[in-house]
Parts: sequence; structure tokens; C-alpha cells
Amino acid sequence: MGDLVTMDDLSNDEITQILDEAERLIPVAEGRVTLPLLQGKVLANMFFENSTRTRMSFETAMKRLGGEVLNFSSIGTSVSKGETLYDTMQMIDGYADIAVIRHPRQGAAQYSADSVNIPILNAGDGSGNHPTQTMLDLFTIRQSQNKIENLRVVLVGDLRYGRTVHSLSHALTRFGASLILVSPPSLRMPSEIVSDLRNSGCEILETENFKDQLDSADVIYMTRIQKERFPDDDEYSKVAGIFKLSSNDLTDVKENLIVMHPLPRVDEIDSSVDKTRHSKYFQQAFNGVPTRMALLCRSLGIDVPKKVK
Amino acid sequence: MSEMRRVTAIRNGTVIDHIPAGYALQVIRMLRMDMNISTPVSLVMNVPSDKIGRKDVLKIEDRELNQEELDRLAIIAPAASIAIIRNHVVSGKLKVELSGELINIASCSFSNCITKADREPLPQRMKVVNQEPLEIRCYYCGKGQSLEELIENII
Repeated sequence: MGDLVTMDDLSNDEITQILDEAERLIPVAEGRVTLPLLQGKVLANMFFENSTRTRMSFETAMKRLGGEVLNFSSIGTSVSKGETLYDTMQMIDGYADIAVIRHPRQGAAQYSADSVNIPILNAGDGSGNHPTQTMLDLFTIRQSQNKIENLRVVLVGDLRYGRTVHSLSHALTRFGASLILVSPPSLRMPSEIVSDLRNSGCEILETENFKDQLDSADVIYMTRIQKERFPDDDEYSKVAGIFKLSSNDLTDVKENLIVMHPLPRVDEIDSSVDKTRHSKYFQQAFNGVPTRMALLCRSLGIDVPKKVK
Repeated sequence: MSEMRRVTAIRNGTVIDHIPAGYALQVIRMLRMDMNISTPVSLVMNVPSDKIGRKDVLKIEDRELNQEELDRLAIIAPAASIAIIRNHVVSGKLKVELSGELINIASCSFSNCITKADREPLPQRMKVVNQEPLEIRCYYCGKGQSLEELIENII
């Protein structure tokens, strides 16, 4: 109850409701309005793998709502002494009211959710899922396009190991998107996911041809080729820097096109794109705060007021 | 000659019929009988079958398998028919049933699954996503498991 491990844990109505709540919470996220909805609550940020935006935006979200945060890192703690994830989570079950977990192993969030009583929010499990990122991605899309239904979305880069695109493609499919999956053959979307999306009625094109897909797109979602997921440097260097977007590529695109990226970027989006009206990736990073506020409230069973003043 | 008579009829025990040809040894493994076998087991392989073309048959003496043990076979022998024999007479017939979840039957094949971490205590769980064609995924990491991988990773 209250867990968010994959996007299957949220119905379409719940997704819409959370996005509405996140929108109402923007003044709180910006620090303009004080709203201590989570006063007295403690969040455990359980990061067994590095993070910048996710960890900090959860921390900001919790603190802006009056809550407290315990930050855990696996370095220099009982984990480096060989403690199991199960045992670590038992401890957190007694210290916090809710936990956010990021872990290098796939399935770690579900495993944690099954191990404890407090709600678990999955902030990335290996190459598995990253549903809170998907919620802020949907929020950003709706903010720019005024809808999340029936969009043409191009997902680019590391679709094999990229957990953000795994969760996002599931969610977009449920809202009638058609998806263009652009990746080198070695980094294609896992077959289980493609099969699930097709069975759900999603129209999918898998291609290596990036530039041909730009003009018809409503959303271009770039991802980094993640060096840390490759078994060796040779395999990485074969595909590093393969897809690059610059402002010159955006001359004939649709008026409403937005360019997104979960960040950090390396060289897949040239800085010349930053100044165009299409770039939304920094806005996307901020949107993590109101979206995660709404998700924390949902998991803790706290209602967001209809009017935030 | 009756196919069932290729080996001697048993007095008491369990007969597992209609195992897909070539899988009898895996069935023995899945029933965890290969480690500590204490009763005679007769095995007939690759005999003609009206129902499934070719089949294997196992006869296990002096041991009556229960439904829980038999359900372990569902992923490789879903059409198996089982007879419990008492004093040379069939005293009960059982069918294998494939449930929606397989608990502690096989471990996940994916090296980066959380269940591959040392000493993690929660059970191995597999979801049956589809029965025909058979599609099974790890409950935790979501990776699809082929039949060969499941057999390879039987617990």
C-alpha cells in the first residue's frame, strides 16, 4: 500500500490526479508558499548508487513540505560490511515513515517493498524502472503540450539499460502514444518491454535513423549512453556519441516539439539547443520537486488541498 | 506390447505419464529425486503416444507424490497425467496445474537480479505471464526466463 515500484502501481486516473496535485504544489516547490503537510514525517533516502537530481529533489520536496530526511549511502555503512538489502531495509522500517530507494540491482525496489511495512518509492533499480522520473516527465509533457494523450514520442539512445525510458514507454502507451525507438542494435529496448507495449496496442517503430524522425515528433526524449552499465570500454566506445542533437536539426520541426532529457547529458544534446524554445530539460529537472511532493503525499496518505495558498 | 509394460508394473507408488519426450531426467531433477533417491525409479523414454507424439514415462516405487510436488512439473510437463498406485491398483489420478506464480522452484537467470545477491532471504518468485505459449518472468526483475534457463536453475 502506497508503494511505487513500477508504473503498474498507478492507474491512469491516479496519474492524472497526481499531476494535478503537483501543479497545485508548484508555489510550495518554489518556496513562495509554506505548506507543512508532512511535518513530523521522516523520509529515508536510500541510495545504493550515485544520484544528484533524484536524491536532491526528493530531499527538497520533503523539506518544503515540512518533513525530515535521513540520507543513506552504501559507502562506509553496514552495506560495505556485507549486510543484505533485506536487513538494511528492516532497520529503515524502524527509523522512517517512507523510503526512496535506488539500487544497482534490478528488482531491488520490489524486493524492498516486500521486505518492509513502510511505503517504498523506486528511484531506479539497475536497468529496471524509474517511475518517479516518469511522473515528472509526464508532468513536463503536459505542461508544454497541455495533454499527455496520443502523442508521437521519439525515445533516443540507450534503450536497453536506460530505466527512465522503460517506465516512460509503459506510461505513454497507456495514454495512446506512438513510439519511435531510436538506438544502436546493441542498445535496443528489451524484448519483454517491446512485446508488452505492442500487446497493449502501441504503434512502435524501431530504427537507427535518428534525424528522419525529428520532423513529425511532439516529444524527443534523449538519453545518455550510460558508460557504467557496459561490461567493458570497447563496447562502450562503439556506441558512445552516436546520436547528437543540435539546434541546426530543429529548423523544420513541429511548433510544439519539446526536447527532453533525464540528465546528466554528455554530448547527446549540444548546448545550442538550450536557448531554443524546444528545450525543456532544465524545467524537467525542477519539475522533479512538485511531482515528488505529490508522490510523497500520496504514499503517506496525505491529501493535497484543493487550493494551495 | 502395452507401453506401460516396458518396465515392470509397480505395486505401490506413483506413475507419471505423458512427459514430453526427452524430459524425464529433468522431471526427476525437478522432483528433487536425483540427490537422495531411496526408492527404485523406472524410466521409459521416447515411446509413441497418441496424445503428444512421443513421450517419457516415470514409475516411482513406494512413494506417493503430492499435488504441490507435481505442480513443480508444470513448466516442462503441463500435460502429464499421474496415477497413484496402491497394491497394483490405481487408487487416484492427478493432473499437473500451472499456477500464476512459481515460488522457490527456479532461481532467476539474470546475473544483475537482486535475488542473485548473496544471502538475500526472500523466496525466488516467478510470474506466469502467459500459459500458451509459455511465458515466465522473474517477479522481482521482470526478466523473461526460457525453459532451458528454468531447468538449468531449478532449486
